[in-house]
Amino acid sequence: MKNILFFTGRELTVEEMQEPIPDLHHFAVQPGVSDEPKCQRCGNETNFSSHPCARCGKECLYCRNCIKMGKISSCTTLYRWTGPEPDVPKAAGILHWSGTLSPGQKTASDNVLQAIQQQKEHTVWAVAGAGKTEVLFAGIATALSEGRRVCIAAPRSDVVRELAPRLQNVFPNTPPAALYGGSPDRHTYSPLVISTTHQLFRYTAAFDVMIVDEVDAFPYTFDHSLQYAVQKARKTESALIYLTATPEPSWREDIQSGKRDATLIPARYHRQPLPVPSMKWCGNWKKSIVPPAVLEWVKTKEKALLFYPHIETMEKALATLKAIDSRIESVHAADPLRKEKVAAMRRGEVPVLLTTTILERGVTFPGVDVAVVGAEDRVFTESALVQIAGRAGRSADCPTGEILFFHYGKTTAMVQSIEQINEMNKLGRQKGLLDT
Amino acid sequence: MNRCLLCENGTEVDSWRAFFGAKAPPLCEVCTASFNRLSGPCCHVCSRSLEEDGECTDCQSWRKSIFHSNVSLFHYNEAMQDVIAQFKYRGDYVLASIFAEKIRTEAKKAACDLICPVPLAPSRLAERRFNQSEALIVCAGLTAAPLLGRHESEKQSKKSRAERMNAVQTFYPTGEATGKSVLVIDDIYTTGATMRLVADALADAGAASVKSITIARSGS
Ligand SMILES: [Zn+2]
Ligand SMILES: [Zn+2]
Ligand SMILES: [Zn+2]
Ligand SMILES: [Zn+2]
Repeated sequence: MKNILFFTGRELTVEEMQEPIPDLHHFAVQPGVSDEPKCQRCGNETNFSSHPCARCGKECLYCRNCIKMGKISSCTTLYRWTGPEPDVPKAAGILHWSGTLSPGQKTASDNVLQAIQQQKEHTVWAVAGAGKTEVLFAGIATALSEGRRVCIAAPRSDVVRELAPRLQNVFPNTPPAALYGGSPDRHTYSPLVISTTHQLFRYTAAFDVMIVDEVDAFPYTFDHSLQYAVQKARKTESALIYLTATPEPSWREDIQSGKRDATLIPARYHRQPLPVPSMKWCGNWKKSIVPPAVLEWVKTKEKALLFYPHIETMEKALATLKAIDSRIESVHAADPLRKEKVAAMRRGEVPVLLTTTILERGVTFPGVDVAVVGAEDRVFTESALVQIAGRAGRSADCPTGEILFFHYGKTTAMVQSIEQINEMNKLGRQKGLLDT
Repeated sequence: MNRCLLCENGTEVDSWRAFFGAKAPPLCEVCTASFNRLSGPCCHVCSRSLEEDGECTDCQSWRKSIFHSNVSLFHYNEAMQDVIAQFKYRGDYVLASIFAEKIRTEAKKAACDLICPVPLAPSRLAERRFNQSEALIVCAGLTAAPLLGRHESEKQSKKSRAERMNAVQTFYPTGEATGKSVLVIDDIYTTGATMRLVADALADAGAASVKSITIARSGS
């Protein structure tokens, strides 16, 4: 029986199946690559290669897009379980949570619940620090109690690892399966799944409720293959919930024109306005790396994030800044000590942490000040800058914080990010969601 | 735009060079720079890096064989390990093209009569869908002469160094190479034990001498 649970909702290659494989009559089969060609696991239609194949004896096409998850070739068969679905126990949806929702969260929570009941699409646009996860609780609880299967798709494995224990706490009867490359839960069944997009590729028509977290944070902004994965993994009749702090312009237009059903939470849970960035010209920072204005700023800081557009400039800046204070550190995406350095920053052992855009979202350091060097660089899009600004003033104890964009020429992205933050604060006041 | 085979970077050549028929390279500059060409003094038999040119102690202690020498192209650093793993174990065949030009150059230098791939046992070949050694030869635009077969055996990589040094023969001749010099092309050269077994089997096929070209030289 355990085995059947594992197969529910999954579409797998023979190599991915665990022994013993149940009755093959319960599987629908299809070739891994269709004639068009299209990879039936990841939806790729452009990135293929081929070779003479020892298995099928032909020149055999294979998908390069999802090859890291195991090769899908023309001669690969995908097996999809079509047997009965397991029953979800009634108690699965019992919610163990005694917190209260802010008025903004409450509206969003009600709308999410309604979308889940009516199997519709809904977007929650919540500023950084609004408390978007809590907004999902009521809807997930209802879905699980009604025996429906829920998936939260997140852009990166660290987000999955962070969400899983939080949901485990509020749904103790339904420990979520956390799926990412190499996760221990890879082979377990749960009606509540938290997954990276890549792991989502292994599911077909599995979920009654699909929640896509940080939809704007996915690589290449909700790219083709992610959309494919989301659509493939959900059932035809299902609810689709998007969460975002900084929707891209086309989404904002659709929300504003009413084309996209959405709830906006413009204010933080702690009812204080979002700190607004200011801009400061710093000359050609590419030459000076650490311009005098930046140096002065760093000297006064006890706890600060300093963003650089590229690893190279950041590492040069680190050399200069280490001379002032040897505790100053830097992190980037491929840094093997990334976790350790972030933890040291949390413990207050690092006065200033230099970073590329990897720390633009997700990470919270109470009472942190934030500066961006070279804010005019094209990696700092409007939404990246809003996210970066969103690091400051997160906690109720320290709801304020300084945000400074050091630049060598203002960009539209800089100006619009500040406008967006001001607009949120204005809306927050209008809706009575702010105390000041 | 042409994309790097290993990352998202573009690999466009200058348009004036493209005009004269230059092809976009398979990798971007960053990925290319992550590999480390073997250079400097080394063992003239096995390509191992040495303080000064000569023959390393391992090679001196090998029993007599028709195996002549191995040339490795790169150090087996982390980037190379990743590429070979993706090529061989994940089965990303197209990555063989990264090494095509260099293999072609070295093969010309070796000037052998025949080029023979290292065979896989039938079950391993079915599992992997292609033979990595043959892929390297074919992608370099060379012709593979299948002179050998291989019996089923345990996984080579699971054995200890000592076990591999005394490995049992699993290769057997299937073709005719009387009096010929044979070049063998493979992905990694570690202890040289496999290559010497291949050479023994080629000797049974009548070969006079064996050289090898390998992508990476692992081990110290
Ligand atoms: Zn694919
Ligand atoms: Zn095939
Ligand atoms: Zn590259
Ligand atoms: Zn040697």
